[in-house]
Amino acid sequence: MSNIDLKSLTIRKAHEDMKAGVFSARELTQAYLDVIAEKNPNLNAYLFIFEDALKQADEADKRFKDGTAELLTGIPMAIKNNICIKDKPTTAASKILENYRAVYDATVIEKLRKAGVVFLGGTNMDEFGHGASTENSAFGVTKNPHDNTRVAGGSSGGSTTAVSANCCLAALGTDTGGSSRQPASFCGVVGFKPTYGRVSRYGAIAMGSSLDQVGSIAKNVEDAEIVYNQIKGDDNMDSTTIPESLIKEPKVKEKIVVGIPRNFLKEGIDEDVMKNFEESVEKLKLLGHTIKEINLPNIDYALATYYIIMPAEVSTNLSRFDGVRFGLHKEGENLLGDYMKTRAEGFGPEARRRIILGTYVLSAGYYDAYYNKATALREVMKKDFAKVFEEVDVILTPTSPTPAFKIGEKSNDPVQMYLADIFTVSANMTGVPAISIPSGFTERDSNPVDGQKGKQLPLGIQFMAPWMGENILFKIGKDFLGED
Amino acid sequence: MELKDIEKLAELARIEMSQEEKEKILGEMDSILGFIDQIQKADVNITEREAGDIRNIMREDENPHESGKYTEDILREVPKTREGYIEVKKIL
Repeated sequence: MSNIDLKSLTIRKAHEDMKAGVFSARELTQAYLDVIAEKNPNLNAYLFIFEDALKQADEADKRFKDGTAELLTGIPMAIKNNICIKDKPTTAASKILENYRAVYDATVIEKLRKAGVVFLGGTNMDEFGHGASTENSAFGVTKNPHDNTRVAGGSSGGSTTAVSANCCLAALGTDTGGSSRQPASFCGVVGFKPTYGRVSRYGAIAMGSSLDQVGSIAKNVEDAEIVYNQIKGDDNMDSTTIPESLIKEPKVKEKIVVGIPRNFLKEGIDEDVMKNFEESVEKLKLLGHTIKEINLPNIDYALATYYIIMPAEVSTNLSRFDGVRFGLHKEGENLLGDYMKTRAEGFGPEARRRIILGTYVLSAGYYDAYYNKATALREVMKKDFAKVFEEVDVILTPTSPTPAFKIGEKSNDPVQMYLADIFTVSANMTGVPAISIPSGFTERDSNPVDGQKGKQLPLGIQFMAPWMGENILFKIGKDFLGED
Repeated sequence: MELKDIEKLAELARIEMSQEEKEKILGEMDSILGFIDQIQKADVNITEREAGDIRNIMREDENPHESGKYTEDILREVPKTREGYIEVKKIL
């Protein structure tokens, strides 16, 4: 084992140490590979460890020698396994892509590669991003590093566990309804989702195309910001990216007005989560920020609306998996039989549920009652948000209504599982950027009879900012965590 | 929803399902639809639509890459090929 202190390491510190020759990129990568070898068999954060990681690190070391090293050169990162890395297995944790090797680099990967990032491996997730616990992976659940009997959250649970357990320095996740933020709060790390259109999704396996963004996961806000700054930007290969000419970043103020939608925080929230939330509000006041009560009149409908629009888009996006051009192929009696058997064998239970639900809400007789109504509600919600952002700089909620739940606790009740996303989906529905920040711990499973201490489970709070207001999130997040 | 609706949807979605799975999904759909049906209470006009700020954004279809440059990489992932083509069962 090396003597690099991975626990306190940040991207900037690692960069300075490599520049000063305290350790090499190779030594740093080896240090992470050692931790992975020790912890991953239990945690199941990574589905694949890339055999060329040390070779990538050697390339980074060359750049430190010839003076072309950038801030991210030699930084070991984990990549959610639904983001294409050329020639590497990219499965979205689905059996239907079990043996698929990516044919090209996703734009975000190309950008990180250019900066000299070392890709350690592909991380576990709910199949195609469908879930809030990583239990829907075809390759086994990821455990929460703070309590191995609990879930890591999802769908980017592999990435958040990897960051939390020092199995990488930072990671990429994706976020369709909270998939980078909710697992970050369960694992005690920072999870960030940019404004819709700010980061290219080219090469990220699509789930809900009007909702998906690639996000960064890290131990602190600055690291999440550094990764975001490297991956953001307009891309010819993704027509939903915002052209630079249309980027209007709102001003970052020293003292921030924080809006709290009290009407949305009335029921269904764990007592300890609410207590921690109130403490966080007090902390923000002490830091000199202003708290203001706001009203988002349609936010109660956000989750139901999301569970119409998202499955509609899932059913469309997953229609490309038919065993013809890539992935699993099963033989049927005829071409239709091939499709039916391939998809029956390849998709897990949650993917099937969402495909069926999506097919239903898009079918002729129900289109107006569900899909059209949800689309209209979404427009109304966007207007509600725009109006509120005239009064406040950010909106604050808990990230998740509960701390990490037990493995198996919700896996037989889809609606209970869906409720885990209640605070995170509205950022995707409206397209605004959002960040989950660690806000403390709560103790669970202590035994008062024999005085046995319980497990400390992390909690998180979520800030949402106006469209393109990423910098406001970084500012208030750093303030909250006491980062310089 | 009834069992025959699930059968129809599974057929449209091209997923073969056992009788047991159809029955299980039927129960789950009832509970999911029970949840999402709350939007019916919302007072909103379904013609509410707005185009976003980003328009006419498709890139020009120009400067094609050299023909065949990616063919080998792409075909590597195809389950069944024959002489540089993707092979499927007879359609007509």
